[in-house]
Amino acid sequence: MTLTQADKAAVVTIWAKVATQADAIGTESLERLFFSYPQTKTYFPHFDLSQGSAQLRGHGSKVMSAIGEAVKNIDDIRRALAKLSELHAYILRVDPVNFKLLSHCILCSVAARYPNDFSPEVHAAWDKFLSSVSSVLTEKYR
Amino acid sequence: MVLTAEDKKLIQQTWGKLGGAEEDIGAEALWRMFHSYPPTKTYFPHFDLSQGSDQIRGHGKKVVAALGNAIKNLDNLSQALSELSNLHAYNLRVDPVNFKFLSQCLQVTLATRLGKEYTPEVHSAVDKFMSAVASVLAEKYR
Repeated sequence: MTLTQADKAAVVTIWAKVATQADAIGTESLERLFFSYPQTKTYFPHFDLSQGSAQLRGHGSKVMSAIGEAVKNIDDIRRALAKLSELHAYILRVDPVNFKLLSHCILCSVAARYPNDFSPEVHAAWDKFLSSVSSVLTEKYR
Repeated sequence: MVLTAEDKKLIQQTWGKLGGAEEDIGAEALWRMFHSYPPTKTYFPHFDLSQGSDQIRGHGKKVVAALGNAIKNLDNLSQALSELSNLHAYNLRVDPVNFKFLSQCLQVTLATRLGKEYTPEVHSAVDKFMSAVASVLAEKYR
């Protein structure tokens, strides 16, 4: 699966809007994740996962920041996220199924905030993009 | 996920041990898949899916031949399987989840035939190989 030029353009365009609310979207996505898929909480035994907690906000911010990096380097996501890839492979070892869940939650958060921009084409482009990011992050698992 | 030199060696060695039983193995893997995962039968409404049917044998032979070809081109799977990739993307459109089922069934088949020789290392190498093949076949889906 490769990102077409149209896909990349769609991702970059929406990102311009998303970036203005990145932290809030990141936090909301994580909240959705922990709420709909409680098993994902097991990766955060050290966190205060109550709604609006400082740790949730901090982590949501981190996640969106990384996604921003991937958007900025959409032609070479692998290189841009190389360190994160190693982190996930050798230390975090988050089961890949969870990337799909988080991607889904991010899509929901973005769609909820930008309903007029989130057309089927944009939706598909973002799904492919997040799928690419997930691939890169799980690339070195084995 | 990248096939290491060691993985490639193990895959080639393992395939070499099959001693001409490849066709039987293909048919058996398919039969196991239809048996364990009945929804997979929906892709073959035009087949006689009874055990030992000519069509299952014929198709098993095709699948195994493709895998054999892939094994001869481990350094360039994308190119070697390019036609099959197009076929799956534009015609067959087999949901990628089914590739995992077939991979599983093939591995079980191999394990029953190789016994102790189907070591954890061989198992892992074959699993990674089938994963790589599945990736290539699903590459052009979107």
